[in-house]
Amino acid sequence: MKYQRILAAAFATLLGVAAWSPSSRAADNTIKIGYVDPFSGPFAATGNNFLKVFNYVLEIVNAEGGPLGKKYELVTFDSKLQPAEALIALKSITDQNLPFVMHCVGSNVGAAMVDAVSKHNARNPDNRLIYMNCGALATELTNEQCDFWQFRFTANVDQRAVARIKTLPKSVTSVYVLNQDYLFGQSVQKATLKYLAQYRPDVKIVADELVPFGKVQDFSPYIAKIKASGAQSLVTSNYDRDLNLLMKAGNDAGLDIRYDSYLAHQPGGPTSTGPAGDNRLTSIMEFHDNVPAEEHNEAGQKFVDGFRSRADFNFIPLDYLTMFRMVTAAINKAGSTDALKVALALENMKVTDLMGDENIMRGEDHQLLSPLHEAIFTRGAKLDAEHTGLGWKTEAKLSAADLTLPTTCKMKRPAQ
Amino acid sequence: MEVILVSLLNGLVYGMLLFMLASGLTLIFSMMGVLNFAHASIYMLGAYFAFETSRFLGFWPALIIAPALCGLLGAAIEVWGLRRVHQNGHIAELLFTFGLVFIIGRSVQMGWGMLPEPYRVPALLDFPLFTLYGLQFPAYRAFMLLVSAGMLGAIWLLLKRTRIGLIIQAALTHPGMVAALGHNVPQVFTIVFAGGCLLAGLAGVIGGNYQSTEPGMADAMGPIVFVVVVFGGLGSLAGCFIASIIMGMVSTFAVVIDASVADALRPFGITLRADDLLTEILTVPVARIGALLPLLMMVLILFFRPRGLMGTRDT
Repeated sequence: MKYQRILAAAFATLLGVAAWSPSSRAADNTIKIGYVDPFSGPFAATGNNFLKVFNYVLEIVNAEGGPLGKKYELVTFDSKLQPAEALIALKSITDQNLPFVMHCVGSNVGAAMVDAVSKHNARNPDNRLIYMNCGALATELTNEQCDFWQFRFTANVDQRAVARIKTLPKSVTSVYVLNQDYLFGQSVQKATLKYLAQYRPDVKIVADELVPFGKVQDFSPYIAKIKASGAQSLVTSNYDRDLNLLMKAGNDAGLDIRYDSYLAHQPGGPTSTGPAGDNRLTSIMEFHDNVPAEEHNEAGQKFVDGFRSRADFNFIPLDYLTMFRMVTAAINKAGSTDALKVALALENMKVTDLMGDENIMRGEDHQLLSPLHEAIFTRGAKLDAEHTGLGWKTEAKLSAADLTLPTTCKMKRPAQ
Repeated sequence: MEVILVSLLNGLVYGMLLFMLASGLTLIFSMMGVLNFAHASIYMLGAYFAFETSRFLGFWPALIIAPALCGLLGAAIEVWGLRRVHQNGHIAELLFTFGLVFIIGRSVQMGWGMLPEPYRVPALLDFPLFTLYGLQFPAYRAFMLLVSAGMLGAIWLLLKRTRIGLIIQAALTHPGMVAALGHNVPQVFTIVFAGGCLLAGLAGVIGGNYQSTEPGMADAMGPIVFVVVVFGGLGSLAGCFIASIIMGMVSTFAVVIDASVADALRPFGITLRADDLLTEILTVPVARIGALLPLLMMVLILFFRPRGLMGTRDT
């Protein structure tokens, strides 16, 4: 008897919560964005850091006036980095009639998302939504698998690989290519080899290796191999633990080599690299804390200082600010959040980013064309990263035009 | 040749770290029959405690304080947790420690955040001990070897040469008789569980700056420690030691082998065509699947010798 009463009470509470849920308060002054990323499990750190970044970006964009005078609001869903979980999240997003779904982490999840959003929009023309891809980097998503309803607001693997190879110093003549053995790592590996052959035929690839993803506890044996190979530079897209332990083992062994990485700037990277990375670690990034000072940009400096006062890692993804400014401009142009109108407005849209560079959303494949920086981790930097005393200093900046690559996308466009 | 010698040393260091972790786990299991899922979580806590202590007092006090804290935590878990669920059988105990994994993991995330902590090697040990074929061998790794060897000796002495060791061993096989002789068996259990956690904490102190101190470190070490314990034989300290060293060596040496299984078959006149059933698997270089080898070895040993290398009872 007692159990039944408890059950009844719990059920009533649930009903109360359901009645209070966002869907029943739709007619307010916000534009809701369903945000799907891992907030639990081994990759929870990544999702939570992105959330900090988005909260900051949205404060700024909302303060600028927001789209149609409304405010953006994120509604978060946990993807656990599983495509199946992400699709369940997508279902509740479409049930709530949210006009946008945003997702950053994991190309496997991104591929599922592209497909599911496309199918949903075809079946429900009255309730369509746009997929804002802010970090599923596999180039295929805007090539063979491109879709009208997906917009990728960040540089893809091939663009990053071009930046990586073009900025490799002339003095480097032999490289060791090392990546994680899963979709993203293999994608980077392919692109790295392709553009090495194209732009730097003089460089000898002494080894091309895949390491198990997140399984290696001690990278010392790899360091012994790298030493024996005599490479001058280690080109790697490893990140998080796989990069930290790799560099740690290299430094412990006194390996004298350049680390030309793709993702060493991610939160936590500078902390675990520490002083050992001084002047030997480089990375490819959208932005870092010292860019405004280097380019004498006051608005940029204010932006950086604002984030530094609230988070203990550097603000890197400047294209997320660009993304929301673009979406705002598109909604204003469309006069509503109707997915088709907004999507058409986004195509070929040009926006000047915080640093005054022009970004273009290419209409052909919905890939953002934006600049990238190659920066070195050094003591000589003005603002440090993660209180390490070392910070990023730009060595080369590649413009959107430098990173405009041909696409193979044959997009199926909806009837208008 | 140079790669072999370097790998031998690195394999030894990694193997000894594994042993420090696995020995605590195997002690607890052989004594109490509890497979402590939270063991790697205690290892992580050891690293975090050491990081905090070393910020204020330096590394050397941390070497004592952090394991002691882990030991105390272990005692608390045993007295107020395990002992209560014990009466509901092994499944309850298993689920209890499984729950602890999540609680500890989440607490660490909430307490210290998601990012790695800058827990670094003490300045006193931050120099290359010697150079081998152009690669330096850090003094800290030698120190790790020293600590783990010291620990091995201490456990052996404690178990084989002291009165408490005698009682522990007796309680392992004949708890009823030991209790009848007037010893407090539950208290012995508490001591063993706390001791196991202390060892995990010690491994955390020296493993935290050898690897990186972050919320994912428990998940990274958890599975491999179970593999060591199962492979070595549940409850056997000697088996655990041998298994640790084997696993350390296998993980290290697999990386340097660029050949695949197919390459090994070729001298016997077996060549694979692209469309053969297993071609995809057999042509993968060993280096790429190196991290899987310990798991494969565990499966094989469960198949052919379920008690493990030196175990005394079936798994």
